[in-house]
Amino acid sequence: MINAPRPLHTPPRQASIGTRLLSLHAGSTYVFLYAPIVLLVIFSFTKDTFGVRWTGFTLDWYTKLFNDQRMMSAALNTLWVAAVSTVLSTICGTLLALAMERYRFRGRDGLDALLYMPIVIPEIVMALALLAFFSFSFGIFESLTGITLRMNIWTVIVSHVAFSISFVTVVVRASLKGFDVRLEEAAADLGADPRTTFWRITLPLIIPGVIGGALLAFTLSLDDFIISFFTVGPGTNLLPIEVYGRVKRAITPSINAISTIMLVVSMLLVFLSQFMQRRADER
Amino acid sequence: MTKASAVVLDRVTKRFGNVTAVDAISVDIRDGEFFSMLGASGCGKTTTLRMIAGFEFPTSGVISLGGVQVERIPAHQRNVNTVFQSYALFPHLSVNENIAFGLQMQKINKSDITKRVAEALAMVQLTGYGERRPKQLSGGQQQRVALARALVNHPKVLLLDEPLGALDLKLRKEMQIELKRLQQEVGITFIYVTHDQEEALTMSDRIAVMSAGKMLQIGSPTEIYERPATRYVADFIGEANFLDGHVSAVDGAYTVVTLDNGVALPGIAQQTVSDGTAVTIAIRPEKLRLTVQPTDQMICLPATVERVLYIGSDTRLTVSLDNGAHLDVWEQNNRSTLDRDAYWQKGERGFVWWNPDNALILPA
Repeated sequence: MINAPRPLHTPPRQASIGTRLLSLHAGSTYVFLYAPIVLLVIFSFTKDTFGVRWTGFTLDWYTKLFNDQRMMSAALNTLWVAAVSTVLSTICGTLLALAMERYRFRGRDGLDALLYMPIVIPEIVMALALLAFFSFSFGIFESLTGITLRMNIWTVIVSHVAFSISFVTVVVRASLKGFDVRLEEAAADLGADPRTTFWRITLPLIIPGVIGGALLAFTLSLDDFIISFFTVGPGTNLLPIEVYGRVKRAITPSINAISTIMLVVSMLLVFLSQFMQRRADER
Repeated sequence: MTKASAVVLDRVTKRFGNVTAVDAISVDIRDGEFFSMLGASGCGKTTTLRMIAGFEFPTSGVISLGGVQVERIPAHQRNVNTVFQSYALFPHLSVNENIAFGLQMQKINKSDITKRVAEALAMVQLTGYGERRPKQLSGGQQQRVALARALVNHPKVLLLDEPLGALDLKLRKEMQIELKRLQQEVGITFIYVTHDQEEALTMSDRIAVMSAGKMLQIGSPTEIYERPATRYVADFIGEANFLDGHVSAVDGAYTVVTLDNGVALPGIAQQTVSDGTAVTIAIRPEKLRLTVQPTDQMICLPATVERVLYIGSDTRLTVSLDNGAHLDVWEQNNRSTLDRDAYWQKGERGFVWWNPDNALILPA
């Protein structure tokens, strides 16, 4: 057809160059963000001993990793620290969130502001503070009882609980925001004592938030380097610290392999946590 | 009344900080009664209900349920159940599980629970909806579930906090009839909180009109409407014309009030009032008549039509008396005609009259 009239509502064409630039920008941002990670994953499968060139596919580095006693014990320690600190911080954080949302008490506003401190302050400051705290209190303990305490896996656990509580509380509070207190009154009205009401009504309704908070705490604990490094003491080995120690000598595809595993685990946990929170929002 | 008391409040007071929400209320609610607390928001009706439920404890005073003093006993140990304004159904439980909750708390065996839940569902006409979640039900259905969840426990007293507030008008009217039927069927004492006077008038055996934390008047719907004790009650329930004046004489059954503009009008006083007392005469607009010709009634005053509101069943007129006072007159449209002359027009002259038995003399 010749000179067919253009439909009136065709969008103006000149927008396309801007749109293209925008897509290009978005694309390059993602390349910038993920290229190093993709390279890390790829080079965990290379046959090259230095892990910087692609010389063929192999799973050797992964099998080597699983036979590496030192690496495996560090991984187990890290999982143990993450598990214990998650359980403790989830319980404390959930109770703290309930207290902050439900009750008006003296000093509540101050506590509210202080709650965010561990999230905001530089991690190195938090790490040094914890280190100072442990040496100070161990010193007092020794002068009182004569028993010398040393930093070990439990000081790491305590430290991880100290910063995870804030994160758990923030996530659980968000899920309590939309909670209708009348549901608890209705339960009491129907004869449920406060404990039964908590287990049968309150907890089932906020559980997505609680699990979301727990997964976040677990991920943070797995990944943590700085605080763990300062509070672990000489005898215990943790995964991020072990990796750091080996990188100082040489980067091998083994390091790439363990990093890939940590990456996959962390991403799964983050996805899971997001999923649980979305389910909580749908309620 | 020979019936026993279901709920007795004795000088019950509730203060929040320095705000007195409920001010020394005393009332005796009888077994099997449909008792409404009616008032504007903030009058203390919901707080009173929450104290009977056990969600709030009174600052002072005594609450008895079936003769047992309960004002310090928490909600979960009281044999009353509540239907909440927002229903407060448990969103993570099915309809069946919601209704079974109270029975499970009483440790009743499973087969009895199943049976009673099914009966409760049938009672509110929701058989077959048991597996659904509350979210999958309409507002009216959720309301019925809330009712079933409370009634299944066979409480001594059922407390209802504006339970029909969220429903649309037609459904609300249906549920009013439904609630009254249920109450008569199960014979449980209902204590009903509402700000809707029509709801209170149609359903209640007795109504307490509340304002500023006090019960101003407690009585049957007709007592409340036909013999309001105070000007506030007369004004809050239905509509009324008020004419201010002073008592000037007592003439047989009637007390004569001289209005501020000098006109003397007879009316009915519920207590004897001495001469010179400042009072107000309250007359319901449907009890006034407007006619073209004067009548031989005791009270018949010339008037001019100021405003005409045609609302179908009635025509609501505002007339002005020659001395300047305004009165609302509701004329029933009991003739079917399109003839314009059959209806009052603005500016027309007529005579407004009423039976002095309908003129209530209230404290000013």
